[in-house]
Amino acid sequence: MKPSKVLIIGSGPIVIGQAAEFDYAGTQACKAMREEGIISVLVNSNPATIMTDEGIADIVYVEPLNLDTLTRIIERERPDGLLPTLGGQTGLNLAVELADAGILDKYNVRSLGTPIQTIKQAEDRELFKQLLIKIGEPVPASVSVNTLKQARQVTGEIGLPLIIRPAFTLGGTGSGMAHNLEELEIVVSGGLAISPIHQVLLEKSVAGWKEIEYEVMRDGANNCITVCNMENLDPMGVHTGDSIVIAPSQTLTNKEYQMLRTASLKIIRALGIEGGCNVQFALDPKSSQYYVIEVNPRVSRSSALASKATGYPIARVASKIAVGKRLDEIPNQVTGRTMASFEPAMDYVVVKIPNWPFEKFASSNRTIGTQMKATGEVMAIDRCFEAALQKAVRSLESNRKSLTWEDPGWKLSTDINSYPLKPNDLRLWAIMAALRRGITPETITEYTRIDLWFINKLQNIVDMERVLQSQTLTQELMWQAKQLGFTDEQIGALTGRSSKQVRQMRRKWKIQPVYKIVDTCAAEFDASTPYYYSTYEQEDESKRTRRKKAIVVGSGPIRIGQGIEFDYCCVHAAFALRDEGYETIMVNCNPETVSTDFDTSDKLYFEPLTVEDVLNIYEKERPLGIIIQFGGQTPLNIAAELENAGVKIMGTSVNSIDIASDRGRFSEVMKKYGIPMPESGTARSLDEALVVAKRIGYPLIVRPSYVLGGRGMEIIHDKEELVQYVSVAVTVTPDRPILIERYLENAIETEADALSDGKDVFIPTIMEHIEYAGVHSGDAACVLPPVSLPEKHICTIEGYTKKIALELQVVGLMNVQYAICQDKVYVIEANPRASRTVPLVSKVCGIQMARLATQLILGKKIKELGLKKLSIPHFGVKESVFPFNMFPEVDPVLRPEMKSTGEVLGIADSFGMAYWKAQEAVNRLPTKGMVLITVSEADRHAVVDVANQFATLGFKIRATSGTHTYLANHGISSDTILKEHEGRPNITDAIKNGEIQLVINTPVGKLSKYDDSYIRKAAIKYRIPYITTLAAARAAAKGITAYREGKSDVKSLQSYHADIKSFARD
Amino acid sequence: MGKPALLVLADGSSYHGYTFGTSVDAVGEVVFCTSMIGYQEMLTDPSYAGQILVPTYPLIGNYGINEQDIESDRIQVRGFVVREQCLQPSHYMSQETIQQYLERGGIPGIYGVDTRAITRRLRAGGVMMGIITSDKTPQQALDALHKMPDYGSIDFVKQVTTKVPYYWQAEGSESKYHIVVLDCGLKYNILRILNHLGCNVTTIPCTTSASVILSLKPDGILLSPGPGNPELLDYIVATIKQLIGKKPIMGICLGNQLIARSFGASTFKLKFGHRGGNHPVRELATNRIYITAQNHGYAVAPDSLKGDLEVTHINLNDGTVEGLKHKELPIFAIQYHSEASPGPLDNTYLFDKFIEMVKGTSV
Ligand SMILES: Nc1ncnc2c1ncn2[C@@H]1O[C@H](COP(=O)(O)OP(=O)(O)O)[C@@H](O)[C@H]1O
Ligand SMILES: Nc1ncnc2c1ncn2[C@@H]1O[C@H](COP(=O)(O)OP(=O)(O)O)[C@@H](O)[C@H]1O
Ligand SMILES: [Mg+2]
Ligand SMILES: [Mg+2]
Repeated sequence: MKPSKVLIIGSGPIVIGQAAEFDYAGTQACKAMREEGIISVLVNSNPATIMTDEGIADIVYVEPLNLDTLTRIIERERPDGLLPTLGGQTGLNLAVELADAGILDKYNVRSLGTPIQTIKQAEDRELFKQLLIKIGEPVPASVSVNTLKQARQVTGEIGLPLIIRPAFTLGGTGSGMAHNLEELEIVVSGGLAISPIHQVLLEKSVAGWKEIEYEVMRDGANNCITVCNMENLDPMGVHTGDSIVIAPSQTLTNKEYQMLRTASLKIIRALGIEGGCNVQFALDPKSSQYYVIEVNPRVSRSSALASKATGYPIARVASKIAVGKRLDEIPNQVTGRTMASFEPAMDYVVVKIPNWPFEKFASSNRTIGTQMKATGEVMAIDRCFEAALQKAVRSLESNRKSLTWEDPGWKLSTDINSYPLKPNDLRLWAIMAALRRGITPETITEYTRIDLWFINKLQNIVDMERVLQSQTLTQELMWQAKQLGFTDEQIGALTGRSSKQVRQMRRKWKIQPVYKIVDTCAAEFDASTPYYYSTYEQEDESKRTRRKKAIVVGSGPIRIGQGIEFDYCCVHAAFALRDEGYETIMVNCNPETVSTDFDTSDKLYFEPLTVEDVLNIYEKERPLGIIIQFGGQTPLNIAAELENAGVKIMGTSVNSIDIASDRGRFSEVMKKYGIPMPESGTARSLDEALVVAKRIGYPLIVRPSYVLGGRGMEIIHDKEELVQYVSVAVTVTPDRPILIERYLENAIETEADALSDGKDVFIPTIMEHIEYAGVHSGDAACVLPPVSLPEKHICTIEGYTKKIALELQVVGLMNVQYAICQDKVYVIEANPRASRTVPLVSKVCGIQMARLATQLILGKKIKELGLKKLSIPHFGVKESVFPFNMFPEVDPVLRPEMKSTGEVLGIADSFGMAYWKAQEAVNRLPTKGMVLITVSEADRHAVVDVANQFATLGFKIRATSGTHTYLANHGISSDTILKEHEGRPNITDAIKNGEIQLVINTPVGKLSKYDDSYIRKAAIKYRIPYITTLAAARAAAKGITAYREGKSDVKSLQSYHADIKSFARD
Repeated sequence: MGKPALLVLADGSSYHGYTFGTSVDAVGEVVFCTSMIGYQEMLTDPSYAGQILVPTYPLIGNYGINEQDIESDRIQVRGFVVREQCLQPSHYMSQETIQQYLERGGIPGIYGVDTRAITRRLRAGGVMMGIITSDKTPQQALDALHKMPDYGSIDFVKQVTTKVPYYWQAEGSESKYHIVVLDCGLKYNILRILNHLGCNVTTIPCTTSASVILSLKPDGILLSPGPGNPELLDYIVATIKQLIGKKPIMGICLGNQLIARSFGASTFKLKFGHRGGNHPVRELATNRIYITAQNHGYAVAPDSLKGDLEVTHINLNDGTVEGLKHKELPIFAIQYHSEASPGPLDNTYLFDKFIEMVKGTSV
């Protein structure tokens, strides 16, 4: 019955629609297996995950997630069970592939929990529809089609508007709404291209209806429960992943609630799910009529949210069900007494708000719809909706934007049409602005179809704003404002005070938050799990212990530039603190993560990461200090204010952090040590900019000085571009200067992560980027240990890194980026905190960087930790994944501004093979066929040897005229191909017709007469591998060669680590 | 904004809030219910007679009040204690606000109180008497409270039962059976379901004698749920004793306790009762788990069960008796609410079971 060894498939890199929630799910699954005495074999290509830590799974494979890799892992490990439903859509689809390919039967691997047949029936929209009709559940009229022709035909029957949804895709990829035949053509053809089985569903639109979800569990004995339901503030038409979501539902009567609950149970039973699933409904706000929209027969983003919202660990319970446990045999960890076969009762409101990457894609349109665009989300808990919403809003940290924020660009009139109220990322603020101008809630509901209940709540917030502005701030008023979730900052702004003053008034009046427990049972039973949220009420349930304790500040929502890797670090910090005998207190607001799992730390405060919220917890808990260096930029941004408020910051000092982030102060320090930095200057006007430019000389790299994360960074080749940038792109003003810097051309970028105790520094290895400097370190592929760096540069880099660490008195982690230009090493920047690459280094070198850093922060010394210089016999290649498929209008070129959402790691004994594996993990390179080469003038000379390599690999080459001639002159034959403006058949035709297997295309640059981005966009639309830098092209050739020479082999992380030798420290 | 008000518990703890509904004092046993939804059904559930109800869910009144969702002819609670009342409900069926509804019903409410703190107090100290007041000091309130008779000493069933019998016609053309419901404080949904299953239903006062009941020629008899201490209801127990063996009997909640008592078993008071929509119950015969709606403060003492009654269901949380059946006779009972309303509809099948039983015995 019970398996002895189970294969768990992870969900791969973070992409839109599949974020950290599956690290949380997979980690719980591994823990559950351990509790059951079952060996877990975990496969995931994403190194920045807790689940791929040796401590969590028994055997870990960081390998590409595809059929033949998994086959070979099964061959090697011989598991007798497979958990298909914990790795998101990726894991699910792979499990189905393995079954269909007969692999599971061949090696008699039992698929555990929900049967494969059920998965197919739930995933195939047509089969699912048939089932629902059979059991008498209502579905909107719909037809599945495989061609555009069929689509046109059925549109007559169903009628417009229509929803188009591709089968077997994720996050609504390729789905959309069609109000007319033209839109129909566009969306359907796109959808067919994307769907792995070339099938799309055309469905009658019920846009505007309430969208309601239920999280349901079923065990093998047919016991069923619902964990909770959720109501989307944004009605049908906006993907649940892009909707503001509230749990539990707020506007349903008991009859409606039970009607949908009963339907959910009926469906999960009819499907025969064994584990968890998510059922989505559309409910008519005017008649209680409903439709079933879809079922996800697996743990999902919603189930992670439901778990954090209720305290009910869905993934854990689902895993135990899969290995044969019944719901009534699985204890409810929260109460300790009761069993998992009950339905959580909430006595608070939970609000989730998505986080979108639009700032990162200037050209992208900000509207949202049936296709998901959010990279992450935040969750907030409070006793009323207004407060939960305001907490969630400030958890977004979008430059500290509160609900009172208004876009200066809006025409703030009394005409509702002047506000952007069609679904978009700023709609919530737009509604607030409209309410402030006296537009009635009824009008807004009519216009947006958002339930009046929610709009009325927003009106309450607006009313309180007015009261605060007009009346004197009494104790009673302060209390009411606090109960509605207003921050000291907001109250200050509205009453003409500083947040500090407001804070002092609160102290005087003893208006402090209390903390209540998330206990799954609305206090009916005594809860043993310290999972807290703040509110302004009578009773405080959080008891301060006498133990020595430290607070770890998390990293908030997953976003481009600050991804899961920082949550990974925070979790390790918590584990390390625990092992060192400290009480660990985690503060974070991201429901998807392991850090917000209630058994990761001794106490979890599910709170926004603002000065006020963190300070409240600090004053409540009185810890030895706060650890801020693992949560990415988020905790750093509030560090100074916290310190001023008397908080003890553990590890590297706030002053050092400031030196590093203030380019002026930093370059002073570098000068002092004679460490070269690219020549640079600041400009407050166009004239100044031109002067600086003249001094430094083109090309330049420019960035606004007031933003972080490389936002708005550009490479400038000439005066024309500079003028353009200064006057159009970023409007430069005296108080908003730009930094101008010499752009180091054809420079190899490297990074070093260092551990330091202030006296000694340890550098496990150095990372060498594949792409040249100019591609953001977060986007560039990189290899570690380095492959092409001469020893002298490695020494220089190590030397500089040590110097900087000691000068900044770093205690803990630091990351320094370098560029090697014309045989000289320059420092680009230093970050005295955990970096994106910490998990990478940890997994390739087999040392737990974050854990060690925590020990250093607690006072241990490098010497005590016995860290030795390592010789690493293998190579790790990190490759990034990009969300361009979700933003078809964006040109997918790599720039100094980061755009990737996630990463994969390929490990092998040679660089070539490691690179191949990394590519395999993101989007497999072709091994033969036709390669299209079309590069900008500047790259021509360098393209020759790339073309040569592909030619010798037996690839046929097609090139655009310029490139073609150049190659011909250098003795490389190629067929010409037309550009779009040159006539037809052209590049786009060839890509559509599948004549091309690989695109090598370097952009001609912004100001060229003809835009060439259509080449790259077409490659993405038709899922053809494409490369936009020659460095990457060269590496690709190496990779393909390596693949040709020897079949890549699978090897567990444990065995890689076993091969690492360490020298005595010199 | 209502005027400041207090909830004072018998243990002296007091909670500040504001009045809503009718502004009068109310005294009753303070109980909490963990259902997140269905406040209108709760308010009109006669089993809450004599009690001050504290929903643990903080937002009450969101979808307003409508005609369809009532479970008896009036609001039954003595008082209503909520974290937040919704003054602007939103639902196409909504006719008035919770505030207006309580006002119309002459019932006082208090909002803005820390209902979770109250719940924790009741969990620790057990349910206790309490008073809602807007004009007394905590001490005055406490004194007033101590003058009041204890909840357990009052027969609320006599207060909530129908004064006169009434008849509900079955849905659909061909009606199958005639069920007599002994009203100890029933919820309309019991009658709705029976009608829906094709039964004509006669509802009669709890004081009706066995002979009168039998003279109605019922095919089956249902003993309804109801409020308060079953020990005070020996006059109903006497009636039941005379019905045993004559007709199939189904008991719900209080009905379950009364059947137990008519077979000589005893009942006891639970520390803080079972009130909510999420209680897991195990059916011993099948080992299946059912999520049930519950509302009871008393339970059957298992060890006091002798002879012909056997336990069929137990509560997974605290192991208390959740269902009984007779070894030979067509008699079964459950401690939870198969009619739900509010709560999960997972247990309506028990009514079908009852009809099956009726079918089996009627010729
Ligand atoms: N018939 C429909 N009418 C209007 N909106 C719809 C319809 N079907 C789906 N949607 C919207 O599209 C979104 C995505 O659809 P869904 O089937 O959930 O795809 P996914 O598998 O990506 O979650 C839903 O969340 C809903 O808002
Ligand atoms: N002077 C320079 N020459 C060449 N490339 C540079 C230079 N400065 C920055 N870059 C490129 O821009 C990227 C982002 O710059 P960085 O200062 O690291 O911003 P962030 O704070 O976003 O990491 C770097 O990874 C590097 O590739
Ligand atoms: Mg969906
Ligand atoms: Mg950088």
